[in-house]
Amino acid sequence: MQWETVIGLEVHVQLATRSKIFSGASTAFGAEPNTQACAVDLGMPGVLPVLNEAAVAMAVQFGLAIHAEIPEVSVFDRKNYFYPDLPKGYQTSQMYHPIVGPGEVEITLDDGGTKRIRVHHAHLEEDAGKSLHEDFHGMTGIDLNRAGTPLLEIVSEPDMRSAKEAAAYLKAIHSIVTYLGISDGNMAEGSMRCDVNVSVRPAGQAEFGTRAEIKNVNSFRFVERAIAFEVERQIELLEDGGTVVQETRLYDPERDETRSMRTKEEANDYRYFPCPDLLPVVLDQAYVDHLRDRLPELPDEKRARFQDALGLSAYDAGVLSASREMAEYFEAVKEACGDAKQAANWVQGELSGALNREGLPIQDSPVSAAQLGGLIARVMDDTINGKAAKQVFQALWNGQGQSADEVIEAKGLKQVTDSGAIEAMIDQVIADSPAQVAQYRDAEPDKRGKMIGYFVGQVMKASRGTANPQQVNALLKEKLDALC
Amino acid sequence: MALEHADVLRAAHLARLGLSDADAAHYLEDLGRILEMVDQLQTLDTEGVAPLAHPLDATQRLRADEVTETDRRDHFQRCAPAVEQGLYLVPRVVE
Amino acid sequence: MHDKTLSELAAALTAGEFTSRELAEHLLARIERLDGHLNSLITVTTEQALAAADAADACRARGQAGPLTGLPLAIKDLLCTDGVRTTAGSRMLGNFVAPYDATVVEKLKAAGTVSLGKTNLDEFAMGSSNENSAFGAVKNPWDAAAVPGGSSGGSAAAVAAGLVPAAMGTDTGGSIRQPAAFCGITGLKPTYGRVSRYGIIAYASSLDQAGPMARTAEDCALLLNAIAGHDPRDSTSVARGVPDYTEELDAPLTGLKIGLPREYFGDGLDPEVEAATREAIRVFEALGASVREVSLPHTHYAIPAYYVIAPAEASSNLSRYDGVRFGHRCEAPTDLIDLYKRSRAEGFGEEVKRRILIGTHTLSEGFFDAYYKKAQQVRRLIRQDFLDAFEEVDVLMGPASPTPAFDLGAKKDPVSMYLQDIYTIAVNLAGIPGISVPAGFVKGRPVGLQILGTHFAEPRLLNVAHQFQQATDWHRRRPAIAEETL
Repeated sequence: MQWETVIGLEVHVQLATRSKIFSGASTAFGAEPNTQACAVDLGMPGVLPVLNEAAVAMAVQFGLAIHAEIPEVSVFDRKNYFYPDLPKGYQTSQMYHPIVGPGEVEITLDDGGTKRIRVHHAHLEEDAGKSLHEDFHGMTGIDLNRAGTPLLEIVSEPDMRSAKEAAAYLKAIHSIVTYLGISDGNMAEGSMRCDVNVSVRPAGQAEFGTRAEIKNVNSFRFVERAIAFEVERQIELLEDGGTVVQETRLYDPERDETRSMRTKEEANDYRYFPCPDLLPVVLDQAYVDHLRDRLPELPDEKRARFQDALGLSAYDAGVLSASREMAEYFEAVKEACGDAKQAANWVQGELSGALNREGLPIQDSPVSAAQLGGLIARVMDDTINGKAAKQVFQALWNGQGQSADEVIEAKGLKQVTDSGAIEAMIDQVIADSPAQVAQYRDAEPDKRGKMIGYFVGQVMKASRGTANPQQVNALLKEKLDALC
Repeated sequence: MALEHADVLRAAHLARLGLSDADAAHYLEDLGRILEMVDQLQTLDTEGVAPLAHPLDATQRLRADEVTETDRRDHFQRCAPAVEQGLYLVPRVVE
Repeated sequence: MHDKTLSELAAALTAGEFTSRELAEHLLARIERLDGHLNSLITVTTEQALAAADAADACRARGQAGPLTGLPLAIKDLLCTDGVRTTAGSRMLGNFVAPYDATVVEKLKAAGTVSLGKTNLDEFAMGSSNENSAFGAVKNPWDAAAVPGGSSGGSAAAVAAGLVPAAMGTDTGGSIRQPAAFCGITGLKPTYGRVSRYGIIAYASSLDQAGPMARTAEDCALLLNAIAGHDPRDSTSVARGVPDYTEELDAPLTGLKIGLPREYFGDGLDPEVEAATREAIRVFEALGASVREVSLPHTHYAIPAYYVIAPAEASSNLSRYDGVRFGHRCEAPTDLIDLYKRSRAEGFGEEVKRRILIGTHTLSEGFFDAYYKKAQQVRRLIRQDFLDAFEEVDVLMGPASPTPAFDLGAKKDPVSMYLQDIYTIAVNLAGIPGISVPAGFVKGRPVGLQILGTHFAEPRLLNVAHQFQQATDWHRRRPAIAEETL
């Protein structure tokens, strides 16, 4: 039987506010346990929440970026349950009136096509603390530094049909939030976390199958693998005559499998009700317009501009706009050298190759955009040839010199274009290679073209790579043909 | 809406209140009477009336995004029943 | 000294008749001697009180004394006090030393007041008799067989017995006004949002409001001046200017329109309480006010609506008491569920558990619309009743409670206890202010007259109450215990 996979994602994004959503405690990552948990975060008797303006602004900016409705009124509710990392015994969230209404995100598919994934809504809520399971005499330790960090939970419609689409959607969300600067998007530190709802159904069937929810899948790669495993598991189960149970599962990256979280046998009853300590959040049109005016250029817009205004290919435009850092780097290189295509080639070629080899993100590149732009400019004005350019790049990468010009000067890589000097080198090579000259002379004229390569190589070697290769070629041909 | 023994036990579990069977029977009687009193609400027609969450129809004020709190962990943990290395201790949580 | 009002004490301190320290020492001695019997205070903060009194005297010596400098008072043990045990009347918080001051406490300190201690209350402010305290019941100073009312029973009893001239209370369904009535003192519940709730241990967040309890309306005005105002730490506190609440006290009542809600004079009202109330209203007529009957048609739905909304909010507000970060923790929990269930079962008393169970049940899946949503709709209708009435009249008047203080142990059935609050509860649902003033006695137990105004009408309420107290002397009557000298 042909099966169709149906996937929906709930993405939790930690918003990059300085202070928490309901308190003035810092949100910085990595502090000593409980040193950033203030009385409000600890749920001390008598404390009250006050909403952080920046969290609201960031949520609205996200909504605007995905062309969502921004309802005038949103309301915080309490989601009641007991857990040690949840200090108040409830999570303040938005159940019935979220801050961001329906919107959509465009993803790029492997074949270069695009697909729109609908976002059901996005709501603000507070993050929980962390349970540390190292052994404290058989006890668990609770760190509440993270408690109260603002989260935007982005809930998609079940619009994805493959693990790849899900990964592309997650990347698109990542790129939107990082473009907006509303999150650092750091999945390793948990700034972005993802729950995946997966079901399968016979191809052509209208109703959805029973879904499983896979919790806390925290990298792009794991999303693909967790879904792949889960889909296979469900299909196998169904083909063996079994049924899928609606349940929560956990992805174990080490074993590359999902498994049932069997502890939650009881049905939850979160007893949502409007939080009486917070009032309805009312956003007037002027505030929303103000935020709209301040929206930066978004990935889709940037991709379109790279294609239309800069003349890049769809592929190049896609790669270079995929992340805010990549796009900013590319645009800075383009500014410095004045040529978008050259900039695109270098960023995706030499630079990306080197970054990949060392496993570095582009923001940590040892070669700055200004340095790379300066280097490209020197290639374009014929100061150096392509071969020397690679040497210059390597030198800059290794920190040998502040700029391309400095490296060119220090290493004497300036291209030799003086024909007198090149002719002298050619004459020397011809004099030193009687056998090769004889072979050249004896060869059929149409074979000579290939044989000239040897002489070019010798001349370039003699010039330590600095001779202009086109000039060398032309002059050699002239001199050798004169000997025939 | 009649209350049953199981409802009391269920509420007690959701609220994490330890309750013996005898306690539950006792509360069942009290809670039943309270709900009976509360059920008078059902005799009132409230069709089309918007729920009122707060007595003043006020809206939420927003706080500037500033860090105003400093580390007061030792102070806060003085009233904690079990702490080690700055962490609150609870019986092992199984995931 | 102990029979004086705050304003009289302020005048005496200014005149140098005695110092703040002498005053504090005198009252602390009275507490030591008399409170063993009354049980109105859970914690007496002698050391802090004397230090604060000395600071107040020094402040006065520098010529920097304000209207409340050096005046002693007590604080309901529901308000967090930095470095001082704050119990909420619960075993759960029996050893909880609050790590911060409630905004109200901070403001009272800044005004130079001297807190002598923390007053007894029904556990987590849930009750109408103060019998639900883990620290024992409080006796009514007028009659040791009677309850002082609740939940601010300790505050009311301490003031009535002359242990303190004033105390802070909180009122969620009548918890300031009813004990004030039962103990023969004056108690004001301000408009919801007028006084910060930050640092007040939450019972029902959309109803809770702190307010002053004292001998006179004038003293309540002085205290309200100190505690009212917007607090950036409380989202529900109102950003609205604070008038000087003493300014309109002396305005004449000529032309005042008084409404008597028909529903507040019906079945269940003790005839002698009714007689006292009507007698008090005649005093206003003599002062130039006109009286007419009005109707608050949804009055009888107030208690049912309250017993959905308050327990629902409470069930959630009290989830933080889980034995992890503060409060009672059971011995040797075997696992997490055991930690929660035993800590909470041991830490909470019966009435608190009852309300947690009710609230948990009514919020459960399948019940939300029928209970919580319905109650909120009814809440709007109840508020509308008041708003409509205030279109016609300036203030509403009626009894604060259908009976005078009842006997300790008299009300065993929770519902009959709840029905006691019939005249006070709707006020919290509507968020309007209310004040109870002494208006007579029935069989030796005080009767309170309740005066209600529209949102933010505190200046008017205080004016009306003050004028009544200029014309009567019920508020000057003292129980025998207050007359006792050391």
